[in-house]
Amino acid sequence: MANAMALKANKANKANKKAPLPVELYRSAIGKKYVMAVTGLFLTLFVLGHMAGNLKMYLGSMGGGEFAYHIDEYGHFLRSLGEPILPYGVFLWITRLALIGAFALHMHAAYSLTMTNRRARTVNYATKSDYHAANFASRSMRYTGTIVILYLIWHIMDLTWGVGNGSFRRGDVLNNVDSSLSRWPIAIVYVIANLALATHLFHGLWSFFQSIGWNNPRFNASKRKFAIGVVTLITLGNVSFPIAIASGLVKADQAKYDALTSSHSDN
Amino acid sequence: MTATMNSSTGGAAQQGKTLNVTLKVWRQDGPAANGRFETYEAKTISEDSSFLEMLDLVNERLNDESKEPITFDHDCREGICGTCSLMINGVPHGPERNTATCQLHMRKFTDGQTITIEPWRATAFPLIKDLMVDRSAFDRIVESGGYITVAAGGAPDGNLIPIPKPVADASMDAAACIGCGACVAACPNGSASLFTAAKIAHLNLLPQGQSERYKRTESMVETMESYFGSCTNHGECQEACPKGISIDNIALMNKDYLKSKFKNRRYLSRS
Amino acid sequence: MRNETQLSSITIDSKIPAGPVAEKWENHKFSVKLVNPNNKRKFDVIVVGSGLAGASAAATLAGLGYNVKIFTFHDSPRRAHSIAAQGGINAAKNYHGDGDSVHRLFYDTVKGGDFRAREANVHRLAEVSVDIIDQCVAQGVPFAREYGGLLDNRSFGGAQVSRTFYAKGQTGQQLLLGAYQALAQQIGNGTVKLYNRCEMVEVVTVDGRAAGIVTRDLVTGQIQSHSAHAVVLATGGYSNVFYLSTNAMACNVTAAWRAHRKGALFANPCFTQIHPTCIPSSDEFQSKLTLMSESLRNDGRIWAPKNRADNRLPASIPEDDRDYYLERLYPSYGNLAPRDIASRAAKRAVDDGRGVGPLQNGVYLDFGDSLKRLGPDKVTERYDNLMEMYERITGESPYETPMRIYPAVHYTMGGLWVDYNLMTNIPGLYALGEANFSDHGANRLGASALMQGLADGYFVLPYTIGDYLAPQLNQKPVDTKHEAFLTAERSVTDRFSQYLAIKGTKSVDHFHRELGKIMWDYCGMERNETGLQKALSEIPALYSEFKKDLRVLGDGTSLNQSLEKAGRVDDFFQLGYTMCQDALARQESCGGHFRSEYQTPEGEAQRDDENFAYVSAWEFTGELSDARLVKEPLEFEAVALATRSYK
Ligand SMILES: Cc1cc2nc3c(=O)[nH]c(=O)nc-3n(C[C@H](O)[C@H](O)[C@H](O)COP(=O)(O)OP(=O)(O)OC[C@H]3O[C@@H](n4cnc5c(N)ncnc54)[C@H](O)[C@@H]3O)c2cc1C
Ligand code: HEM
Ligand code: HEM
Ligand code: SF4
Ligand code: F3S
Ligand code: FES
Repeated sequence: MANAMALKANKANKANKKAPLPVELYRSAIGKKYVMAVTGLFLTLFVLGHMAGNLKMYLGSMGGGEFAYHIDEYGHFLRSLGEPILPYGVFLWITRLALIGAFALHMHAAYSLTMTNRRARTVNYATKSDYHAANFASRSMRYTGTIVILYLIWHIMDLTWGVGNGSFRRGDVLNNVDSSLSRWPIAIVYVIANLALATHLFHGLWSFFQSIGWNNPRFNASKRKFAIGVVTLITLGNVSFPIAIASGLVKADQAKYDALTSSHSDN
Repeated sequence: MTATMNSSTGGAAQQGKTLNVTLKVWRQDGPAANGRFETYEAKTISEDSSFLEMLDLVNERLNDESKEPITFDHDCREGICGTCSLMINGVPHGPERNTATCQLHMRKFTDGQTITIEPWRATAFPLIKDLMVDRSAFDRIVESGGYITVAAGGAPDGNLIPIPKPVADASMDAAACIGCGACVAACPNGSASLFTAAKIAHLNLLPQGQSERYKRTESMVETMESYFGSCTNHGECQEACPKGISIDNIALMNKDYLKSKFKNRRYLSRS
Repeated sequence: MRNETQLSSITIDSKIPAGPVAEKWENHKFSVKLVNPNNKRKFDVIVVGSGLAGASAAATLAGLGYNVKIFTFHDSPRRAHSIAAQGGINAAKNYHGDGDSVHRLFYDTVKGGDFRAREANVHRLAEVSVDIIDQCVAQGVPFAREYGGLLDNRSFGGAQVSRTFYAKGQTGQQLLLGAYQALAQQIGNGTVKLYNRCEMVEVVTVDGRAAGIVTRDLVTGQIQSHSAHAVVLATGGYSNVFYLSTNAMACNVTAAWRAHRKGALFANPCFTQIHPTCIPSSDEFQSKLTLMSESLRNDGRIWAPKNRADNRLPASIPEDDRDYYLERLYPSYGNLAPRDIASRAAKRAVDDGRGVGPLQNGVYLDFGDSLKRLGPDKVTERYDNLMEMYERITGESPYETPMRIYPAVHYTMGGLWVDYNLMTNIPGLYALGEANFSDHGANRLGASALMQGLADGYFVLPYTIGDYLAPQLNQKPVDTKHEAFLTAERSVTDRFSQYLAIKGTKSVDHFHRELGKIMWDYCGMERNETGLQKALSEIPALYSEFKKDLRVLGDGTSLNQSLEKAGRVDDFFQLGYTMCQDALARQESCGGHFRSEYQTPEGEAQRDDENFAYVSAWEFTGELSDARLVKEPLEFEAVALATRSYK
């Protein structure tokens, strides 16, 4: 009559339904999965949009006017979003805060789930289990995720703050990208990071539907297809940039900047 | 060894094809003791014998050599009671899909093969002895809500609520779970989501199950989470399940759990 | 060699209510004493067994307010052997308007039991059968449905109407889960205390009343006493006395036998059922036989080759060379003839040298025609998991080649003697389900055991137990420090340490197999005086070897499966002896009990209603010593005694 040991006190029996609903939901593993799903999706949408925006670097120069390159104008466009309702740059800041929040939640949920799951099996099998369904992507989520976040920190320092980016000039986006990614090692880091992201999303975007309980016999087959589609889209775009720059297909011509009627900056 | 046959089905037993296999079996005297692998040669095993009959034979021989037989859980040997529970070469219930250990036959193995046998591994399944673990955490989950309340004699006529065949069938498919725990054994996270989701789906899909639907879902899920890991959608459980229970049930459980959080609060605030 | 049957001095009262058979139960329910709802919690009830009978009883009693303790040697109540039932459960719902009724179910069951069952019990069973279906549907048992959404039925052996409710091929599983869930709810509420992996090894009586039980915790080996106002045994059947049977490996007679040793009468022990459709054993190390549900006989046709040793492939045996013997011998019932009849017919074919398969130990169950008629999909839908199971075990697909089947021991109609209230002759000790002898006479019809188990647990005991408890209001159960408990504990401890102390050379399984062989050869499908006499001399010889040469390794303080088995096989020996004694004493053929000396010219069972229209209830007189007989005469008012004919 030995009895099973519990991982944690059973909430079902405790009547602690007092906390605000989101908090209470977040206490449960399934609740955390919902949070991961939603934040994960939000982040994915950002990456998608971000990738789309970056495509502008292929549009080349604007031939005079306020900006040297389309992508520079895009950078400005991001900041001026929401005007005149919101002052210049504010919308971007809202987005930034949302992104930071999403990351924080996503990571915390990932962390605490990982910890519970470790405790759920302390003694491992001697034979390495031969998996049939669980693939590399699903089993490496926390690692691919971490790679992405590390990359990101550095990425922002590199292209938003210009840390260690030699000829960084705020606002002159293409110039900054060029000066950074024209260095092959950096370009390769970018590629690797984006492949990690791809792996993460390959499982994540399918898993997403399970987590939010979106299960409909008619669409279940298309879930995988959807995930693969989005991942390919994002990855093709994102991987192309470093290669394009490093290989010199796209480069920033300083002359174009010097030729600008009014040089600007936004501090 | 002594193998007198009980000719219960007539006819002299002529030996069919046989094979020899090497077993690496986890032996552990008790929960506290530390375990070890022991190697046994299982010789001249009939291809028609089941995996457990092969172990019976090994045990018979161990007993003859005054070595204590291997302890393992089993009962119906028809794949329905869910008692048998062996990790065979890293796969719960062994190589054949949709098949419980007791229904696995030696013809699925090759002569000279080495077979590693381990117990289910999960914190919620403490080991009792050798290959036997304690799965009573599953009972705790069902006790917390896996039922429909109805006093004996108080039920309306069985045909009062017609149930569309597809609904009854879907419910039946989920209800086919035998509570063996292979899903937990297989899940990299030691999650019991498939077992719990199957029980929840069985009852939540039926008209009779509606009045307690969200109360059931919330408390069963939270009881489950107090013993087991969480689901990150590896899908390994579905592969290991001898009854082919689908992880679609997990999606249903997740959806109903979220709903339960809202609905139950409303009920609580009412009461 | 044993001398003539000794009659016992014990007198028994079957407590059958007065009045016409159709009104007995209603009247009785009104006349039994009741326990007031607030007083119910003052009574402790021990239920041993968590199968259909035990789980439904425990859940219902707890629901009514009694304090219940439930014991099972399984790791979870849900694993009880009831889980293995495949085919279905009968009920006189007449949803299909094919002329079914409570009376017809009653009639079929009495006739099917070859007029060796109690009319009153059987009629009650038929009456409550309809409530069972309602109860189970409400609990969420996913019975098969028609497209209209209403409950579907199939036909079973021994019936000309379609009254069998089913859930795929897993009816027992679904019904047990229903009962288990109801039980789990009570356990969750704290109204039932569950003792799993805990085996009852002794019944304790004080002043002739049931006072409690002694249990052995299978994990720790701890011996413990539990007392209560009443003890309910729902511990299943004893088919495993034959070693090979369709029962789960752990099924055993210990609980019932320990009660028998304490004075409870054991009724009709030799009434065992041989199931016609099992998978023939493939080799000598076979540990159990697998049943292929009788429901397969709805769409499968049974045949054997006309010519001896015809080892052509079934497909290449032309119609003219096939003998569809059931359809030939029993035109009106055909392949759905009752089990005992179908089984003996198969045995004759095989004994006649017309057996099929590698060991020539089977006959064919052929789906060829229904596959043509219904198409594979319909067949799959009906028998999916059975077809799979067969293929897994034999490696042959029943869609391509006919199944091979042969009879095997399956069910035991005999069991603890109980009165109309399901109480044994020990006051306060009840027996439910397959563990009692009550409703099936000499042969059980398919799909009637699930019905009986649930009837006993949900609808009979909860009423009748009050009659015994009510007068004991405010009496405490006997203290477990009482001398009776202490001595029982000591004897148990000794018994189990003795098994370990023998240190002989042969395993428990060895002795079990040997006993099984004797039982099958001399007390199996066909019995006769010389054989039974032989068995009665061989069993004691083997038993004393068991006591001298048994080898149980390990200790008694941690989980020890050999030690568990030793205790069970010990009781099987004692039971086996009494079974043979009963089979010898019953000088007639009826239902599952076929004495080759007593058969009609066509080889059908020949009953002797003049001399044997009674229940044989045996009194324990010592291990393997001749039991004493108590006769309970059977009167048939509603159903006229007639020779069973399924022609
Ligand atoms: C393969 C198969 C198929 C069948 N198919 C059908 C069918 O289709 N229709 C039908 O009507 N019937 C069928 N039957 C018969 C039917 O399943 C059984 O007769 C019925 O389920 C018995 O139920 P029960 O509750 O009496 O006992 P069981 O279900 O056997 O339960 C016995 C319980 O008692 C416990 N127990 C026993 N001894 C002890 C002890 N000493 N200490 C503690 N606990 C103990 C066990 O742990 C178990 O929980 C089938 C039987 C078999 C073998
Ligand atoms: C700190 C970095 C990150 C970590 C540690 C991390 C970790 C995880 C983990 C463990 C999961 C759960 C897998 C599952 O349940 O199926 C997950 C899911 C997911 N992640 Fe991340 N991740 C990180 C960053 C990201 C980023 C940057 C994105 C998007 C650009 C992202 C998108 C997703 C998506 C869409 C899911 C699926 C949600 C679900 O299955 O419910 N993650 N992540
Ligand atoms: C190889 C592909 C990528 C390129 C070329 C690229 C390029 C850039 C550039 C030029 C900026 C600065 C924009 C500005 O300051 O005006 C930027 C900012 C940013 N990028 Fe990327 N990026 C890439 C991939 C990614 C990925 C995969 C992520 C997320 C996982 C990401 C997240 C961000 C974030 C969060 C910012 C900061 C936005 C802000 O707050 O200003 N980028 N990126
Ligand atoms: S879901 Fe499948 S694997 Fe899990 S317990 Fe049920 S039957 Fe076993
Ligand atoms: S394997 Fe585990 S992670 Fe979820 S899908 Fe199955 S429970
Ligand atoms: S022993 Fe019952 S399922 Fe395997």
